[in-house]
Amino acid sequence: MPELSQQELEARFQKKIDENLYIEPKDWMIDKYRQNLIRQISQHAHSEVVGMLPESNWITRAPNLRRKAGLLAKVQDEAGHGLYLYSAAETLGISREELLDQLLTGKAKYSNIFNYPTLTWADIGAIGWLVDGAAIINQVMLQRASYGPYARAMIRICREESFHQRQGFEIMLTLCRGTTEQKAMAQDALNRWWWPSLMMFGPSDKDSPHSSDMAKWRVKRESNDDLRQKFIDRTVPQADFLGITMPDKDLKWNEATQHYDFGEINWEEFHQVISGHGPCNRERISARIKAHEDGKWVRDAAAAYANKKRQKAA
Amino acid sequence: MPQQLTPIKKDRKQLDMEQDNQWPLWEVFIQSKSGQPYKHAGSVHAPDGEMALENARDVYTRRNEGTSIWVVPAQYIIASTPEEVGSFFDPANDKVYRHPTFYTVPEGVKYI
Repeated sequence: MPELSQQELEARFQKKIDENLYIEPKDWMIDKYRQNLIRQISQHAHSEVVGMLPESNWITRAPNLRRKAGLLAKVQDEAGHGLYLYSAAETLGISREELLDQLLTGKAKYSNIFNYPTLTWADIGAIGWLVDGAAIINQVMLQRASYGPYARAMIRICREESFHQRQGFEIMLTLCRGTTEQKAMAQDALNRWWWPSLMMFGPSDKDSPHSSDMAKWRVKRESNDDLRQKFIDRTVPQADFLGITMPDKDLKWNEATQHYDFGEINWEEFHQVISGHGPCNRERISARIKAHEDGKWVRDAAAAYANKKRQKAA
Repeated sequence: MPQQLTPIKKDRKQLDMEQDNQWPLWEVFIQSKSGQPYKHAGSVHAPDGEMALENARDVYTRRNEGTSIWVVPAQYIIASTPEEVGSFFDPANDKVYRHPTFYTVPEGVKYI
């Protein structure tokens, strides 16, 4: 088989993507595609893992056994989602160890939303309803991303996420139908989580550094702003149903565009949090480092046990 | 106003990473129902086959997705190479006579 030039390889690669085919781990790929995917998939994996922290904060204080079992299962799922995604990232030639290292040393990013604290039980409702709701919109798009292992992980994740969102909405609904204090608690959670949830879709398209290449390579099939609008359009009627209101005085239905208009997002806050100055950045990483170090004996014991069995068999 | 914090920086060695933290990789195949073929689900790291099975159960079958699991050391999987996909599968390309539609059966003949 004749050697193909770099240009021919790139053209073949792009043609495959344009034909809606999938790129698999051993296929030739543009190096920047590989690097961008490692960055995106590992950020996504880290987000699942760090995302367990704000929620696990309430497992022991869940109001009843039904809620506790649901929340526990959800947090367990997040661990599973992290693992699917780490596996997908590893197929691109980076080791699990390097990935964890990048998280624990603060080199890698994870979703900004998890740097906000969960102050009340209603926050668990708001996270499931809003944060998982926003994540689903993004992840549904990624089910058809051009990289096979990533797309397949997303299909699995989306199947499991819908329970997350519904358990969150049910918590909100119960609070909103409860006492005045309980409803106020739901409104307070919405007030604090609404804007950070909108920021989850990332900067506006005109300011998004990685969007255009990833769009060309069919990883990002819809723009940040379009996804954000879709989320708002879906979520506002749900808040109306709950009888609580978004903390945005500019939010109103636009008959002409058939979409909701909404107020200005505070991008300064977004950049503050992403650069390490959010309310919980430090706490989250310390908790991960502690979990990693406290878990060392388990890893050691598993390795020693496997070793002993091997020696016995020999 | 969020509190100002110093950025998190921790040296790799400070994290007390184990020398060999990277357990072998196992590919996971799941049979969803009795009689169905095993399908690739993903992969897990584990120090041995038994623990790989348990990890695979916890990661890939939390909702009764399987009745049986195979784990295979990833290093033992031999895969066809994408660059040779054309020539590798070429022998089947021109053999229409391997398909039933190649053969004519007169109208009126049944059960064939």
